[in-house]
Amino acid sequence: MSGYARRVGIVLWKDLLVERRTKESLNALLFFGLLLLFLFQFSLGPDRAQVESVLPGLLWLGFVLAGLLGLGRSFLAERDNDCWEGLLLTPGDKSAIYLGKLASNLVLMTVVEALVLGLFVIFFDIDIRRALPGLFIVVALGTFGLATVGTLFAAMTANVRAREVLFPVLLLPVQVPVLLATVSATQVALAGQPLADARAWLQLLAAADLVYLVIGVLTFEFVLEA
Amino acid sequence: MIAAAGLRKTFGATLVLEDVTLDVPAGQCLAVLGPNGTGKTTLLRILATLARPSAGTLRIDGVDAVREPDAVRARIGMVAHGSHVYEDLTALENLRFWAAMGGLDASPARLHERLQAVELDTVADERARTFSAGMKRRLGLARVTLGRPRLLLLDEPFNGLDRRGQKWLGEFLLAFKAGGGAIVLATHGFASALAVADRAAILLGGRIALDRAAAGLERDALHRLYDDLIEAER
Repeated sequence: MSGYARRVGIVLWKDLLVERRTKESLNALLFFGLLLLFLFQFSLGPDRAQVESVLPGLLWLGFVLAGLLGLGRSFLAERDNDCWEGLLLTPGDKSAIYLGKLASNLVLMTVVEALVLGLFVIFFDIDIRRALPGLFIVVALGTFGLATVGTLFAAMTANVRAREVLFPVLLLPVQVPVLLATVSATQVALAGQPLADARAWLQLLAAADLVYLVIGVLTFEFVLEA
Repeated sequence: MIAAAGLRKTFGATLVLEDVTLDVPAGQCLAVLGPNGTGKTTLLRILATLARPSAGTLRIDGVDAVREPDAVRARIGMVAHGSHVYEDLTALENLRFWAAMGGLDASPARLHERLQAVELDTVADERARTFSAGMKRRLGLARVTLGRPRLLLLDEPFNGLDRRGQKWLGEFLLAFKAGGGAIVLATHGFASALAVADRAAILLGGRIALDRAAAGLERDALHRLYDDLIEAER
């Protein structure tokens, strides 16, 4: 394994190990997701037509809010005991740290999204079996877009006093293309239509993911040094 | 090892360091003393390439550390207040993480050898969260010596250590010096500093107010010099 890949892997290993032990993010995100579902269910009532029309938006509202909560915490461990400085002093390309953090955020978000989606199915009594392959692609692309920028902005705001406020304020405007594309493509997928009907949205989503990833890799070192 | 000339650091309009010139050869230890807020930590951060000086030059092992910080970072080991320890990893896992991040030997034998060197081998599988401040400091020393650095930068290394811990750390630093390493330590502990330092520098208001050989310098004499300088500064 190359030194770069080894460093990406060790950051991923460290983050997942710490999360498995503390369950700090996972527990918070699950309870938050559950609370959102209760509120959605309570406010929408049993009207199926109404539920189906707003379901894509609700689903992504849940994913994004849970993502904000999880991503915002992703560099907290580095703040303790000056570990941030320790990372700075390690030789080599710092983008490996970014990719490791991105990978651990993706794992965490995927777990939470799978559980939230499962709860959506149970709470709203919807059948998504036919939509599942298309939905999987849309959610994967949308989650990647959210995590690439979220990881970078979480690092930017980790040492700022008002980070809880600043993080979503910075992140959400940048996420507009991703959110528009994911909600529209999710609507197509949940309606059981072929994903080709959302080709333009998916292309936008893939392009945004790629641009965000490249920006994250190229700028992370400056963020860490700042 | 360290050749710093005319180092200056400002944060906005605040002057933190002014015209700091240091020369620390290999195998020597410089103790930087001074009251709180006088710029000791900033100086260490500049020497560690964690902060850029506003003016002045810094060469570490002959390399321009301001222009090429990455080139010298592998030669520097820094133990700051927090010791760079992840609380929810065990001692062994902490070392494994930092060894892999530094591209160093992360074999269990090497990691256990380092833990043994800092007398933490018996708690290798315990989480750092359960460690005392002194144990975390020792784990930090194990971490920085994974890569056989040539320069150790220590911020208040004797803080939180009991008498045995202070003695152990003193011996550890003397052994490091004997191996050809250079040390800069910022401290308030005059006695501990004089036990390992070859030179003592007093930093006041961001300037080196005194820099002299530690040999033959008694703790009380250093205290008097320190008090006189602070009085003169007022």
